[in-house]
Amino acid sequence: MNLLKRYIIPRLIQYFIVIFIGVTVVFLVPRFTPLDPVVTVLNRMTSYGAQYLDPSAIEKLKETMMELYGLKGSIWEQYLNFWKRLFKGDFGPSLSIFPTPVISIIANSLPWTAGLLVVVAILSWIIGNILGGIAGYYADRRWSKVMSIVAMSIYPIPYYIMALVLLILFAYIFPIFPMVGGYSIGLTPSFSLEFIFNVIKHAFLPALSLILIGIGWWFLSMRSLTSTIVAEDFVTYAEVMGIPSRKILFQYVMRNGLLPQITNLALQIGGIFSGSLITETVFSYPGLGQLLYMAINNGDFNLIMGIAVLSIIGIATSALLIDLLYPLFDPRVRYR
Amino acid sequence: MFMIIRDLYRSDKKFAFGFTVICLLIFLALLSFVSPYDPKLWNVVPKNRPPSLHYILGTNSMGQDIFWNLTHAIKNSVFLGSLTAVISIFIGTFVGLLSGYRGGGLDRFLMSVNDSFIVIPSLPILILISSIIKQHINLILIAFILALFSWPWGGRQVRAIVLGLREREFTYMANFSGMNTFQIILTEHLPFVIPWVMANFINTILWAIGMETTLAIFGLSSLETPTIGTTIYWALQYQALLRGIWWWIFTPVILAILLFVALYTLSVSISNYLDPRTRIQRMRMKEGGSEA
Repeated sequence: MNLLKRYIIPRLIQYFIVIFIGVTVVFLVPRFTPLDPVVTVLNRMTSYGAQYLDPSAIEKLKETMMELYGLKGSIWEQYLNFWKRLFKGDFGPSLSIFPTPVISIIANSLPWTAGLLVVVAILSWIIGNILGGIAGYYADRRWSKVMSIVAMSIYPIPYYIMALVLLILFAYIFPIFPMVGGYSIGLTPSFSLEFIFNVIKHAFLPALSLILIGIGWWFLSMRSLTSTIVAEDFVTYAEVMGIPSRKILFQYVMRNGLLPQITNLALQIGGIFSGSLITETVFSYPGLGQLLYMAINNGDFNLIMGIAVLSIIGIATSALLIDLLYPLFDPRVRYR
Repeated sequence: MFMIIRDLYRSDKKFAFGFTVICLLIFLALLSFVSPYDPKLWNVVPKNRPPSLHYILGTNSMGQDIFWNLTHAIKNSVFLGSLTAVISIFIGTFVGLLSGYRGGGLDRFLMSVNDSFIVIPSLPILILISSIIKQHINLILIAFILALFSWPWGGRQVRAIVLGLREREFTYMANFSGMNTFQIILTEHLPFVIPWVMANFINTILWAIGMETTLAIFGLSSLETPTIGTTIYWALQYQALLRGIWWWIFTPVILAILLFVALYTLSVSISNYLDPRTRIQRMRMKEGGSEA
């Protein structure tokens, strides 16, 4: 009960604030920019050869578009309408693949991104933290310093450049992995072994580029956490007691270091998501990033809005889930 | 200031590396002012020439000299990063100072806004904004938009420092002598926070240049202005890799990696320098005669 009141409820309130602010920003930003998306689309249509329409037809077209974009009525009505439609999961029809609803297009590519993101986030978190913990505990060793230098030169590279470098190396210079796509052309999605291997082979490079950067970040933060924990009294005490250093490392030092790293994972998940969007476009991986790229090129405003809103909700929810799992790992929060 | 740089340069290899590379890059950026070509013009030199004595880094398919174009790209990227950092530091520091000093409801409100901005994935929103203003986009506008999403990290950090300062004697002293909130946070607390703001400043530059590169890849940056991102964008648009014009794509990629690693090592070594715990470690190491 105490846990619920002190930990879970404030966290839930925070969750709703995040979604409220995020969705409001997505709603307000297009409406406060001087450009009118309707006029932009109309201009494009007329330049594609619709210029012989008579003015009343254009006026009607404009009205229909206002409706499709949810731009009718005062700003308050629009805002309320926006939320109403959001609860129904309705983001209007896509304009590039008219009239398929945005939500079903997103539903097609979401599993690809979600799969990639979950695998990448978990793998890089585990590997990075273990390596970082070991390197921080044995900070004076030569290999530990070498590892830090490597991590320091990998972590600051933007996702995009990392993906490009891997693409150049492993698909162009040494053609080991396929350059683009989620699975080979001609294969039909099924649960056969062949298909699964094919998917893994295609996802390998995108995942690798995300994991490398991820490991760099978890490594560096875990290493600095560990180096402060090592200086604490209880570690000195354990050493004096003669507990084997491996036990100290994994059960005393690492256990304490992992707790802030769980909170960090909740904070970083948005960044990892952005990274996977970019990486997908480099490898033409059929996820949300690729969809977003297509939407930008076609000026598909509804689709961009839908992806933006859904990714805010998705990321906020996964951050919430991670935070709600936190008491499982930290007895201090559980028993307070 | 000068002394600190000299000391750091001598004692910290990371700082020496980062500082040297940044100085070199700034020198390259300064060269852009004596560039013989206008970076916005196409077809001023022969196309697709490999690196040679005359064209140091070759030329691209748009008929531009890659070396001189690059000097402009560095200048613009660093300018964009710095402008974003200045704006975002202003917002972040002010919010952090106010939130930390006032506490209570205001603190809770500001920090929930702050945390929301940290958790919200910025890329989709940035893409949404820049795809709407695509036709009117320029570097200054991009800097303002990026600043909107980069201030919360600094804000949290500043607040954490001010929470410690708030309970110190001189704050009470200032308060009892009748200074108002803004006077206290600006004249009493700000000086303590400035060194951390410096490290954060470099981090924000790093983030902003990376973000601009990302937006450029999506074709959402100011495409006629050469930046590191737009250089890569055009190289990819012209399929430089498949056509074997490797010097066009390798140059900006290698440059970007250099710039990012150098900025990152700089920021790490500055925050290490500021952290009193590592400073003590360094002093002990010096006494022990080993390298820092």
